[in-house]
Amino acid sequence: MTAAPDAEPRGRWNAGVLPYAQMGYYEPDYVPKPTDVLAAFRIAPQPGVPPEEAGAAVAGESSTATWTVVWTDRLTAHEHYQAKCYRVDPVPGREGEYIAYIAYDIDLFEEGSIANLTSSIIGNVFGFKALKALRLEDMRIPLAYVKTFQGPPHGIVMEREYLNKYGRPLLGATTKPKLGLSARNYGRVVYEALRGGLDFTKDDENINSQPFMRWRDRYLFTMEAVNRAAEQTGEVKGHYLNVTAATMEDMYERAEFARELGSVIVMADLTVGYTALQSMSRWARRNGVILHLHRAGHGTYTRQKNHGVSFRVIAKWCRLIGVDHIHAGTVVGKLEGDPSMVRGYYDTLRLATVPLDMGQGIYFEQEWGSMPGTMPVASGGIHAGQMHQLLGYLGEDVVLQFGGGTIGHPMGVAAGATANRVAVEAMIKARNEGRDFRAEGDTILAEAAKGCQPLQTALDTWGDITFNYESTDTPDTVATPTA
Amino acid sequence: MRITQGTFSYLPDLTDDEIGAQVQYAVDQGWSIAVEFTDDPHPRNFLWEMWGLPMFDIADAAAGLHEVRACRDSYPDHYIRVNAYDASLGRQTTALSFIVNRPGQEPGFRLDRQEGSDRQIRYSLQAYAAQRPAGERYGRNENHHGAGHPGPARG
Repeated sequence: MTAAPDAEPRGRWNAGVLPYAQMGYYEPDYVPKPTDVLAAFRIAPQPGVPPEEAGAAVAGESSTATWTVVWTDRLTAHEHYQAKCYRVDPVPGREGEYIAYIAYDIDLFEEGSIANLTSSIIGNVFGFKALKALRLEDMRIPLAYVKTFQGPPHGIVMEREYLNKYGRPLLGATTKPKLGLSARNYGRVVYEALRGGLDFTKDDENINSQPFMRWRDRYLFTMEAVNRAAEQTGEVKGHYLNVTAATMEDMYERAEFARELGSVIVMADLTVGYTALQSMSRWARRNGVILHLHRAGHGTYTRQKNHGVSFRVIAKWCRLIGVDHIHAGTVVGKLEGDPSMVRGYYDTLRLATVPLDMGQGIYFEQEWGSMPGTMPVASGGIHAGQMHQLLGYLGEDVVLQFGGGTIGHPMGVAAGATANRVAVEAMIKARNEGRDFRAEGDTILAEAAKGCQPLQTALDTWGDITFNYESTDTPDTVATPTA
Repeated sequence: MRITQGTFSYLPDLTDDEIGAQVQYAVDQGWSIAVEFTDDPHPRNFLWEMWGLPMFDIADAAAGLHEVRACRDSYPDHYIRVNAYDASLGRQTTALSFIVNRPGQEPGFRLDRQEGSDRQIRYSLQAYAAQRPAGERYGRNENHHGAGHPGPARG
C-alpha cells in the first residue's frame, strides 16, 4: 500500500482502530472560521485517556467519526466535515476536568433546525465510554446560522407594545394548587390575581387536560376571568393557556381555540421537544399569539456541574427556536441559580451581542444580529419583600412570577397581587429618582406599604423568607469584586 | 374605577416634583419625551393625541414639566400621559409611560358578551365615556372639539 499523500499521518487509512486525535479530530493550530459552530465541552476523561484524545473523541463522535477507520471517508472532503478540537484547557480547581473547544463547519447542520443541531452536538457523545462525564457548557452559533432561524415569534419589544406596558417588570402568578381545581374555581383565582394588579396568570407545567379539569373548560372559564379583569382595570391582561399535549394535532387544536377566545398568549412545556416548539413558534407568529415556554424537565440535565447541558445552551437554543418567554431563574427564589450564572442566561436571552465573560459562564461572544430578545421569566419562591433584589439582579425586561407570593396572601389573592404591583412600581419609581434601591430596598418598600395595607401584610408575612443554599452550578472563574 | 394603565398607576398620583424626577431620569437616559392626551382610554387605543412633537433635545426636566402643565391646562378632564422613548438600536420603543392627569370621574368600562355556540363567548370592552362624542366625554365640556390640539410651537 502506498503512503497517504501530504499531511495525512502515516497509516491514517489502515483498517482498524486509530486514536481520534490521529484521525484529524484534534488540531491545536486550527483557527475557527467566523461561520463555524463552536462548542465548549467540560470533559472528564477515564483514567489513562489523555485530555486531547478525549477532546478529539468528542469532536469525532459529534461529527463524522465512528470507532474505527472507514475507507468511505475517502469518498468525501472529509477534512471539511470533521469537527476539530482546537484547544483543551484544564479547569482550575477541579482535577481531572478539562474544557475542550470544538469547531464544527456550518455545513454539518441543516438550516433552521435545532433538532438537527442537537442530534449532532449532544447526539451520541454523552454516553461515550472513554469519558466519565461530559457537559456542554456553551456554544457559539455563528450569525450565518442564527439567520436561518425565525427566533421569538414577537420578542420583548413587540410584546410590550402589544400589551401596552412599559418601564417595569411584568408581573405574573402561577395558579395554585397546581392540580385539582375545577375550571370554575381556577377561573376565580385567575380573576382575583389579574384584577388585583398582575399582568399575567399562568397554567402550571403539568396542567394539561386531566379528569378534574379538561382543557376546554379551563380555557372558557379563564378567558371570562381575563376579560373581567380587563374591565376592572382598563389594562390588557393575559393568562398563559398551556397547550402541551400528547400530539401536535392536539396542541394545534388547543392553541387555535385559545386564539379564537381572544387569548393574547399560550404556553408549552419544554418536554414537548424542540421540533414541537419550533412548530408552535411558527404558529404563534402566524396567529399573533405570544408564546411562553416553561422549562419543565431541564433540571435533569442542566443542574450538575460535571455532566449534562448548561442552561445557557438551552436558553440559546430556545431563543433560536423562537419563544417569547422562558423561565430562566430568580437568583433569590427556591430554585437553583447562582447570581452570575443567571445573569449569563438573562444576557443570552436579551442582548444583541453577548460578550465573552467566564465569570458568568459565557465561553464565547455571541452575536444575535437583529433577532428579537426572549423575555426571561423569574418564578419559584419569590415575594414582594425581595423586589429590590429582583430588580437589581434581573433588571426590567423580565416577568416576575409570584405564585405562592400572590395566592397565599392572608388578605386574599387580589390583595396579594396588589402588594406585588405596588412593590414593583414603588421600586421602579425610587430607582428612577436616583435612589440606591438595592441598599434602601427595605425602606422603599416600608414607605410604599404605609399607603398600601396589602403590601404591609405581605412584608409581615414573608419579609424574612429567604432560600440561602449553595448553588450546584457555579462559574469556575470568580470575578474579583470591584466594590 | 381607576384605570391602571401606565407604569405608576398603583401608586398615589404623582406630584409635579415626582413627575419632574421621572422626566429627568428619562432625559438622563437619552430618551425623548412626549406628552399625549385622550378621552378614549380603551387599552387598545395606543393613539392618544400628541401634545406637539416629541421633545428630543431637552437638557432637563423643566421643559417636559412645562408641557405637562400646559396640556393639563388645556385638557384638565382628559387622561394625559408622559411617554419616554428609547431610539437605540434593538429597542426603538417606549421605555417608560405613566399617567400624569386623569378625569375627575372615571366611569370605567362595560364588558359586552356575545354568546355563541359551544359555550364560546366573544368579549368586547367599551369605555362608558366613549359613548359620547370626543371632547364631551369627561367632566366639563372643554371646548376642544375633535382631537389633535397642535400644542405649542417649538423651535
